[in-house]
Amino acid sequence: MKLTIKVWRQKGPKAKGGFKAYSLDHVSEDSSFLEMMDQLNDQLVSGGEEAVHFDHDCREGICGMCSMYINGRPHGPMEQTTTCQLHMRSFKDGDTITIEPWRASAFPVVKDLVVDRSAFDRIIQAGGYVSVGTGGVPDANEIPIPKKIADEAFNAATCIGCGACVAACKNASAMLFTSAKVSQLAMLPQGQVERKERALNMVAQMDEEGFGACTNTGACAAECPVGIDLTNIARLNREYFGASVSTEE
Amino acid sequence: MSNPFTSKQPEGPLAEKWSQHKFNMKLVNPANKRKYDVIVVGTGLAGASAAASMAELGYNVKAFCFQDSPRRAHSIAAQGGINAAKNYQNDGDSVFRLFYDTIKGGDYRSREANVYRLAEVSVNIIDQCVAQGVPFAREYGGLLDNRSFGGAQVSRTFYAKGQTGQQLLLGAYSALSRQVANGKVKLYTRTEMLDLVMVDGKARGIVTRNLITGEIESHSAHAVVLASGGYGNVFYLSTNAMGSNATAAWRAHRRGAYFANPCYTQIHPTCIPVSGDHQSKLTLMSESLRNDGRVWVPKSQEDAEAIRKGEKKATDIAEDARDYYLERRYPAFGNLVPRDVASRNAKYVCDEGRGVAPSGLAVYLDFADAIKRDGQKTIEGKYGNLFAMYEKITGENPYEVPMKIFPAVHYTMGGLWVDYNLMTNIEGLYATGESNFSDHGANRLGASALMQGLADGYFVIPYTIGNYLATMPYDKVSTDHEAFKTAEGEVKERIQKLLSIKGKRTVESLHKELGKVVWDYCGMSRNAEGLEMALGKVKELREEFWSNINVLGGENELNMELEKAMRVADFLELAELMMVDARNRDESCGGHFREEHATEEGEAKRDDENFAYVAAWEWNGVGNAPTLHKENLEFENVKLTQRSYK
Ligand SMILES: Cc1cc2nc3c(=O)[nH]c(=O)nc-3n(C[C@H](O)[C@H](O)[C@H](O)COP(=O)(O)OP(=O)(O)OC[C@H]3O[C@@H](n4cnc5c(N)ncnc54)[C@H](O)[C@@H]3O)c2cc1C
Ligand code: SF4
Ligand code: FES
Repeated sequence: MKLTIKVWRQKGPKAKGGFKAYSLDHVSEDSSFLEMMDQLNDQLVSGGEEAVHFDHDCREGICGMCSMYINGRPHGPMEQTTTCQLHMRSFKDGDTITIEPWRASAFPVVKDLVVDRSAFDRIIQAGGYVSVGTGGVPDANEIPIPKKIADEAFNAATCIGCGACVAACKNASAMLFTSAKVSQLAMLPQGQVERKERALNMVAQMDEEGFGACTNTGACAAECPVGIDLTNIARLNREYFGASVSTEE
Repeated sequence: MSNPFTSKQPEGPLAEKWSQHKFNMKLVNPANKRKYDVIVVGTGLAGASAAASMAELGYNVKAFCFQDSPRRAHSIAAQGGINAAKNYQNDGDSVFRLFYDTIKGGDYRSREANVYRLAEVSVNIIDQCVAQGVPFAREYGGLLDNRSFGGAQVSRTFYAKGQTGQQLLLGAYSALSRQVANGKVKLYTRTEMLDLVMVDGKARGIVTRNLITGEIESHSAHAVVLASGGYGNVFYLSTNAMGSNATAAWRAHRRGAYFANPCYTQIHPTCIPVSGDHQSKLTLMSESLRNDGRVWVPKSQEDAEAIRKGEKKATDIAEDARDYYLERRYPAFGNLVPRDVASRNAKYVCDEGRGVAPSGLAVYLDFADAIKRDGQKTIEGKYGNLFAMYEKITGENPYEVPMKIFPAVHYTMGGLWVDYNLMTNIEGLYATGESNFSDHGANRLGASALMQGLADGYFVIPYTIGNYLATMPYDKVSTDHEAFKTAEGEVKERIQKLLSIKGKRTVESLHKELGKVVWDYCGMSRNAEGLEMALGKVKELREEFWSNINVLGGENELNMELEKAMRVADFLELAELMMVDARNRDESCGGHFREEHATEEGEAKRDDENFAYVAAWEWNGVGNAPTLHKENLEFENVKLTQRSYK
């Protein structure tokens, strides 16, 4: 198929960016979206123009690196699908596809479609762990965990840290991301000891990074490529208020 | 001063070697640990676990990765599971059995003592991960669930749906993040190691490029640990992440570290077949699928031909016209034979003209019987995300039509040579995880890479590095030292050279071409003649690369074309070594299949008399023949036999 690709080009963090349109022919329907981008880049480089920079690595929907805002939606039109797993059979011959980076002040643009998501790492560093050192831990089957709880904790733990939730939110809130980690650990027996501090510290870090407030529009969960559920946000709210009340006592 | 080229396997009975060795090792007093700096390159399972554990002990750690976050290391993509000899299923598993399966699975080309230690600490890994909050799959009673994997007749694989690597890596990442918060680990993301720095013959630091600003920087330390992953992307198409590369290990090799068994690469039997020229990578369908999926092709070429032409569908082929060739040839292991065996058999049936995709290069993996037996819900619970992924990529629904699969490059058993302490032949330079050659011999069993990465990082290197550091003075080497300045200069020169060629070829196109040569001549099967010819082709490609590539953009900015060019440049040298090694190893073993050496049944035929050794290669400069060092493998606890999975 033949496409027009309208893509955000920005030379560096401080440079002014803007859209540029390219036309691209002979795109296979079986190509992935990123393979289409490879094809575009091959065309650009062969013609002496620098490649469009974008983040990607696993191309299997699990590393969370790919991050394109496609036709007004993070990761494009397919539900529960990362950019790298989107295939060109979702588009039609003659389409114009608009591609932008994630837009959020906590995710500054580095170049073209690449943004800086290190704020997410710092939120995890604020408490997204169980404080056990290596060695000296009990046998893995010592504490049985009901399957239902283990499965629910697993679901929350599958967040890939891509940031689509932030990009989808009009306030650029990081609640869905933060709540997924808080929930996972709040549900498991291993996470109980540090449960309160964890919720307080991770929320404080989230605010400090400049993510916006959550106004419960649910846009985040609608665009999350792995289906992280809104109930996690509800749980985070309970954890947070529970913890604030008890620390005030 | 180099680390003598001996394996340093401890004396004594197999089962006591590791405890005895731990007791004999020198210790660093807790208060003195903070006087030592350790560099860890890589934040995958091997690197993150090592960095976190060493920081907990008190060492100052600097951790590096080229992605934007440690959590995105390629380990995240591992699907199926992790082995451990817990014997929770009471099905006769034991440390010795896991050891035995791994040695046998590796076709008797690995070191006994290393493999035994791996099996021994495997049980601690599961405990550790559960304590971190890793949500492994559980049974209704709340205890941990297991599944079986290829090459084993017990259920010892722990898993978290099809996302085991993700959950284990996020566990290690959380431990790492805790140490970052404690100030014991300094994290360098989007930072790529481009050279190793040696002072007085010891590894004392690295030179890196800040991928955002392009700045070339030096980092000094008392020891350097490489946990930089495998080199499967030398084939261009592989199941590895796009960024996976050999540069860290290769640069260490160029500084004197021996590279061991580079020709041992693993071709995974269950990947989604290639669909066209646009393809940039191949997607693995976890081997765990072989627990319930049955592999088959039509018995007749005519049926296969009709399928390829789209005249027939899989479901049109009657039961008695199907050849479940793995079940037929290997009744004991059936669909669960080791990977090399399964891959080779897929190749054979496709060579016979019985492949089922338009390209002729695919076999079926069929779940119809399992769905009939257990219900779609159960199958969905086990493999839901894999089925969804398959559908996204191919547009076909595997609950209704069988999956099509074909082998693809997946893992590299070869890597930097290390002794029992995981130290390379360069003093103070360690290699862990997929970047070393240590535990899998000529073929790795499924669910054993995650085990090895975490064993190395959590339970081996934190001890063995102390034994070395205890002998080191506290003094730091300044990054103004001549050795750092020279290495920095060389890196800058290399970058300048790449940017100034301004030729006509894209880096990508040359990488593709290289990959095809390596796949055709040093892939699933090899022969002396083909290798000879391929060596010539690689040399030509290397010349073409250094005279005719075009890398746009500057050096002082994010420049992904430049990053790729540097990695491909190293692949072009590594490919040659792989072929030299494959040519030298005039036998078949595990994943290394020399067509000249097959049994009557088409299995790999080893030559234990002449090749029961590790081939460790020393670099002698571009285009010069490397020097071969042999580490003879001795087997005291297992009997070498022709592998049989009948
Ligand atoms: C699709 C897939 C599925 C798999 N499934 C399984 C499974 O089910 N069970 C199993 O046991 N194994 C599995 N494996 C194999 C296993 O995942 C890997 O062997 C293992 O995760 C490698 O871990 P690692 O820590 O050694 O390296 P990686 O996870 O590859 O990490 C490498 C790290 O090094 C960094 N790095 C590399 N070079 C540089 C440099 N020059 N400078 C700075 N940083 C650098 C990277 O940024 C990264 O952080 C699978 C592999 C694939 C491809
Ligand atoms: S919650 Fe979903 S959208 Fe947000 S970072 Fe995690 S996976 Fe991405
Ligand atoms: S590239 Fe890894 S999730 Fe898309």
